[in-house]
Amino acid sequence: MSIFTDPRWGEALSHLPDYLGNHVRVSLAALALGLAVSLPLAILTRNRPAPRGILLAFASIVQTVPGLALLALFYPLLLLAASLTLAWFGISFSAFGFLPAMLALALYSMLPVLRNGITGLNGIDPALIEAAKGVGMTARQSLLIVELPLALPVMMAGIRTAAVWVIGTATLSTPIGQTSLGNYIFAGLQTQNWVFVLFGCVASALLALAVDQLLGLIETGLRLRNRVRSGLGAVGIAALVAATLVPTMGRSSSGYVVGAKTFAEQYVLSALMRDRLEAAGLSASARSGLGSSVIFGALKAGDIDLYVDYSGTLWANQLHRTDIKPRAELVAELKTALAKDNITLLGELGFENAYALVMPRRRAEALGIRTVADLAAHAATLSIAGDYEFFSRPEWAALQKAYVLQFRTQRQMQPDFMYAAVASGEVDVIAGYTSDGLIAKYELTALDDPKHAIPPYDAILLLAPKRAGDERLQAALKPLLGKIDIATMREANLRASGNDANSSPDAVAKWLWEKVAKR
Amino acid sequence: MSSKLAISYHHVTKRFGSLAAVDDVSLGVAAGEFVAIVGGSGSGKTTLLRLANRLIEADSGTITVEGEDARNVDPVALRRRIGYVFQSGGLFPHLSVADNIGITPKLLGEPVAAVAGRVDELLELVQLDRTSHRERLPEDLSGGERQRVGVARALAARPRIMLMDEPFGALDPLTRDALGDDYRTLHRKLGLTTVMITHDMSEAILLADRIAVMRGGRLLAQGTAAELSSSRDDYVLELLRTPRRQVERLNALLPMGGAA
Repeated sequence: MSIFTDPRWGEALSHLPDYLGNHVRVSLAALALGLAVSLPLAILTRNRPAPRGILLAFASIVQTVPGLALLALFYPLLLLAASLTLAWFGISFSAFGFLPAMLALALYSMLPVLRNGITGLNGIDPALIEAAKGVGMTARQSLLIVELPLALPVMMAGIRTAAVWVIGTATLSTPIGQTSLGNYIFAGLQTQNWVFVLFGCVASALLALAVDQLLGLIETGLRLRNRVRSGLGAVGIAALVAATLVPTMGRSSSGYVVGAKTFAEQYVLSALMRDRLEAAGLSASARSGLGSSVIFGALKAGDIDLYVDYSGTLWANQLHRTDIKPRAELVAELKTALAKDNITLLGELGFENAYALVMPRRRAEALGIRTVADLAAHAATLSIAGDYEFFSRPEWAALQKAYVLQFRTQRQMQPDFMYAAVASGEVDVIAGYTSDGLIAKYELTALDDPKHAIPPYDAILLLAPKRAGDERLQAALKPLLGKIDIATMREANLRASGNDANSSPDAVAKWLWEKVAKR
Repeated sequence: MSSKLAISYHHVTKRFGSLAAVDDVSLGVAAGEFVAIVGGSGSGKTTLLRLANRLIEADSGTITVEGEDARNVDPVALRRRIGYVFQSGGLFPHLSVADNIGITPKLLGEPVAAVAGRVDELLELVQLDRTSHRERLPEDLSGGERQRVGVARALAARPRIMLMDEPFGALDPLTRDALGDDYRTLHRKLGLTTVMITHDMSEAILLADRIAVMRGGRLLAQGTAAELSSSRDDYVLELLRTPRRQVERLNALLPMGGAA
C-alpha cells in the first residue's frame, strides 16, 4: 500500500475540524489575553527602569519553564483556585482543558511581546518625542500618533514570535484535557501511528505559518498605511476564528465523553466504549491523551463521563494506601471508597495491567532467573528502565524493599520504546506492563513476584458522579464487564502497536468487540 | 514697552545637576523682531529657547509670552500657539509631508478639509510643489526640502511667534542662503516674532535685527551688529572678527566686478 492511499490519512482528516478548531480557539484566546496584559505593561513601564527590569525578569523565568511543565502546573493550581472559590463564593469552574491551557499559553506569550514592546518604544529617537511635544501633542497623543506607530515593526515582530510559540506549544495542552492538534501527536506516538504524528506536526506548522503571515499582512498594512493589506490580514484572522466556531456550535453538547490516558490500550478501550454507547443510540466522543493525574480529577469534576483506570493506581494515588490486598478485596474496598465521591466503579473488564519486571526470555533462562527474587542476586550488574512515573511510584519502593533490589543504573523511557530497548540489549530489565502485546512479540518474559510487592492492577470502569444513576449508559457498557481476558487484551495491544491501517485504535476496537461479543 | 514684548526672560536660571545651563539671563524680544541667539555648543542657547515654550521648565526667574506669565498657561496650549522648527527638521518619518504639516491644526481639532487647504497654502508659502510633495515621506526629501516642510509645519496653526533651533545648520551653503532669505521674507510678510539659534555669526548678522551672544549659560551681550562691534567683551569681538576676516579674504581672492 502506498503511503498516499493509506486510509489513516482519511481518519486523520476526519478529526481535523475538531482538533484544528480547538487548537485555533485556545491559541488565539491565549494570544489575545497575553497581548491585553503585556502591551499595556510594556507601555506603562517604558520609562521606568526598575519595574521594567522586574517584569522582564519574570517573563524570562516563565520562558525557561518547559512548555509541558507550565501547562501541567496550571491544572493543580486551578483545581485549588476552584475549590477556594467554591468554599468562599459557592462558585466552581472547570480546572480542566481550556482554562488552564489558555492561561499557561498566555503567560508563555508574554516575553516576546513585552521585550519587543519595550525595545521598540525605547528605540525611538528622543528628538522625535521632543518634536511631538513641540508641535503641541499631549503625552497620550505622542504615544498614539508618534511612538506606537514608530515602534510598530518591532512590536509586531514580537507579537508574531509569540503567535508562533503559542501555536506550537498549544500541541502540549492535550494531556491537561484541551483538545488540540497535539491529539494527533500524542495518539500517534502512543500507538506508533506515524501518519498521525506527521499529520499533527504539519498541521500545526501550517497553522503557525498562516497566522504569522496574516499578522505580517496587518503589520505591513499598518506601516505602509495601506488599508487593503491590514484589512485583508484582519479579515483572515477573523475568518479563521469564525471557521473554527461553526463546527462546535453545530454539535450537541449532551453527548458522553469517554476519557483515555496516554497509551495505546487506553485509546483502544475508549474507542470500544464509544462504539458501544453509539450502538446503544447514545451520542459519544472520545477525549484522549489525558495525563494520568488529570484524568481522575476530570471524571470527578464531570468533565469526562467515563474511563478505564487500574485498581492499583487508584489505590496508591487516590487512597494513598501502601498496603497490598488480594485482587477482589482491593477492588471491593476501592468501590466503597469511590462511592463516597459519588464515583461509580461499574466493574472489572477482566484483565490486569500491572507493572512487571520484564527481560528477554533467553537471557533470563541463561542466568537462571525466574522470579524477582532470582533477579536480585544479579541486579548490581544490570540496568533497568521504566516509564516516566515508575521510579517514583510506591510499587518500586516496595519492590526494592521486599527483594533488596539495587541496579547498576536506572533510566526513564517512553513506554513504547522500552520493549525494543530491552530486546536489543540497550537495557537489561524493564518495568513493563503485563497486558502489553510486545512481551510476546519480542520474546520477553515477565518475572514472577512471589512476595506480592506489586499490587493488583485490575482494569476497572469508572463513571462520573453525574452518571451515577444513568441506566442506559450502564446497560450499554455491561457487555464489556469481565469479558476481556489478558490474552485478548495483549493481542489487541499488539495489533495497536502495528504501523498500518488495521492498527488504528478504532480498527482494533472493532476487532476486540467482535471477539468479546461472542462470549 | 513691556506690553509690546512677545517674549521676555527675567533673571531666568535653569540647572541640570550642578551645571547652570542658563544662568540669570534677562532678555526681551519685541513683537515683530527677529532675534538671533549666537553661541558655541554648551553655551545654553538651546535651553534658553526651550524655556520659552516650556519644553523645559525654569528653576527660577520669570518668562512671559505675549505679556502672560508662561507658568500660568497650559504648556500644551502654549506649544500649539508657538511655532517651533527643530534642528534637522524633526519630521515624523512615518507621516507624509501633508500630515506632518497639518499636525498642529489637526490637534487643535480643525476640520479635515480646512487642514488640507491650509497644507496647500503652506506648501506654496515655503515654495514646494504641492502635487509632487504632498504625499511623500520625509525620507524622500532633500535636506533643504525637509527644512522647508519643518518651517511650514511650525507655521501651520498661524503662530505669531516662531522659535527656530539651528534650522539651517545642516544644509549646504547655497541652500542655506536661499532658505535664510526666504524665511526672512516670510518673517516680514507674516509679521512674525522670530527667535533663531545659530552658531554662525555671519548668518545671525545677515538675518536678524538683533543678536544675543551666550557663553557658559550667561548672556554676554545683546544688540544690533553695529552695537555689538563696540562691545568690550573679548569673546563677542572674537565672534565678530570671524565674518569680517572672511569678507576681507573673499574680497582679496574673488576678482571684483566678476559674474558673482
